[in-house]
Amino acid sequence: MNLKQTSERIRSLHQQYIASLKKEKRVIRLFQIVIFIAFFILWEAASRFHWVDPLLFSSPSAIWNLFVEKLGDHSLLTHTFVTLFETILGFIIGTVAGALLGALLWWFPRLSKTLDPYLVVFNAMPKVALGPILIVALGPGFTSIIAMGVIISVIITTIVVYSSFQEVDANYLKVLQTFGATRCQCFKEAVLPSSFPTIISTLKVNVGLSWVGVITGEFLVSKQGLGYLIIYGFQVFNFTLVLMSLLVIALLSTVMYQVVTFIEKKLIKHR
Amino acid sequence: MSFLVVDRVSHTYFTEKTAVTALENISLTVEKGEIVSFLGPSGCGKTTLLSIIAALIEPTEGAVFIEGKELDRFRPTAGYMLQQDYLFPWKTIEENILLGLKIMGRLTEETKRRALDLLAYIGLKGVESHYPSQLSGGMRQRAALVRTLATDPKMLLLDEPFSALDQQTKLKLEELVWKTLKEYGKTAVLVTHDIGEAIAMSDRIFLFSAKPGRIMHTFMVPDELRRLSPFAARQHPSFSALFQSIWKELDELETNQ
Ligand SMILES: Nc1ncnc2c1ncn2[C@@H]1O[C@H](COP(=O)(O)OP(=O)(O)OP(=O)(O)O)[C@@H](O)[C@H]1O
Ligand SMILES: [Mg+2]
Repeated sequence: MNLKQTSERIRSLHQQYIASLKKEKRVIRLFQIVIFIAFFILWEAASRFHWVDPLLFSSPSAIWNLFVEKLGDHSLLTHTFVTLFETILGFIIGTVAGALLGALLWWFPRLSKTLDPYLVVFNAMPKVALGPILIVALGPGFTSIIAMGVIISVIITTIVVYSSFQEVDANYLKVLQTFGATRCQCFKEAVLPSSFPTIISTLKVNVGLSWVGVITGEFLVSKQGLGYLIIYGFQVFNFTLVLMSLLVIALLSTVMYQVVTFIEKKLIKHR
Repeated sequence: MSFLVVDRVSHTYFTEKTAVTALENISLTVEKGEIVSFLGPSGCGKTTLLSIIAALIEPTEGAVFIEGKELDRFRPTAGYMLQQDYLFPWKTIEENILLGLKIMGRLTEETKRRALDLLAYIGLKGVESHYPSQLSGGMRQRAALVRTLATDPKMLLLDEPFSALDQQTKLKLEELVWKTLKEYGKTAVLVTHDIGEAIAMSDRIFLFSAKPGRIMHTFMVPDELRRLSPFAARQHPSFSALFQSIWKELDELETNQ
């Protein structure tokens, strides 16, 4: 009887605990929404009452109107698709190539020792400065824009992935070796999976980096894409267009980031 | 011919600044089905010798033979359980215990069932889909033992398998491991700091001295203790006599240094 009462009491306490967690979550979400709405209302008001220069800072309503208009004539969709395509491709190529290079360096220790100073130099260099050369070499099209997205992320990915491969606890490799594992098996069973958390975090960094590379590339090539819209808006002094493109970029990069977070949850189950 | 022959093995670790001689002129033999212990102070080269027997490192001098054949790094004959469990945290317990079979390309329905049976036998039924972080230290130690046993190695090398456990778990596991080894007729080498554990578990005890590691003395465990399980052996009158003489020997070793 007493035992039953205790277990029931624990059950109700547990439910209270869960309810308090849920409540906390709802409060936070509420604050977030309030900040979001307040920001736009304040912006609109500031622009209407000329607290800030509406020519420079535009206003949410003007941006919205432009957005609807550009959606109507399909031009925004085209620009967005172009940029998104370039960014995703740049992101994937940069990350995969970086991870493969990291694996190559792990596989051939002598290679990594030899290349070490070059990697350091190349990593320290501001990669966007290579933009003009890329455009001349690859032509002023999406190839050079994607290349920008790639070079900006590939070296840092290589370095981070390689160092995480190296940091794998030697005792896991020892366990595998007691079973007579080959180097390939060691890589597959211990080195790669123990580096998943690091690889995921470089994915997150690379989402941001590939946007930087692609937008800079579009600035330089100036043909199409959201980067082009920004540069164009700047040249004709249409800051509503600039800010609208920025908001679209913010939205898309957030979605990409969420996708990576989703992949992380799928990949790392044991935590 | 003995099952395991260690023939005049010496090993020196080289680094840029130093050369540390961990083992010097070690020779010993182990018979089939025998359990022997390596006992000695920290740093006397016990782990080094196990790694050599497991073909993980090559000795600077000497050779090791198992059933008359020299060691082959890619065809291990010994199952080696490291000083800590080193279960892979990203694998479930089931994946962990099947790892050796998978690496050796011997994972079949039958070997898999055997491994799972062993897991149940050792008292870990129902944790197959858990991750190692969800298990207690003793459970992890047992899972690591199953991983080592699952490949059905001809010989087991156990490096202080019970050192991180509380006394009660330790006694229980000693009992379990001893029974498992005897039931399957395995040859085993046990490394330990614990004199009592060495006497209770093994048939012969090699006493090592440090710097450099040498075999100082070999103790035969008397027949009446060998036959008993570890727990029963600890209660036997001849246990403390042997304990005393090993203790004295170890004490002399330390004062001589
Ligand atoms: N990888 C290594 N490089 C250099 N020296 C080493 C290396 N591994 C071990 N040693 C040295 O070799 C000696 C023997 O080490 P070992 O690990 O075999 O001792 P042990 O008997 O297992 O000690 P413990 O009981 O503490 O585990 C020690 O002096 C140690 O410093
Ligand atoms: Mg050791």
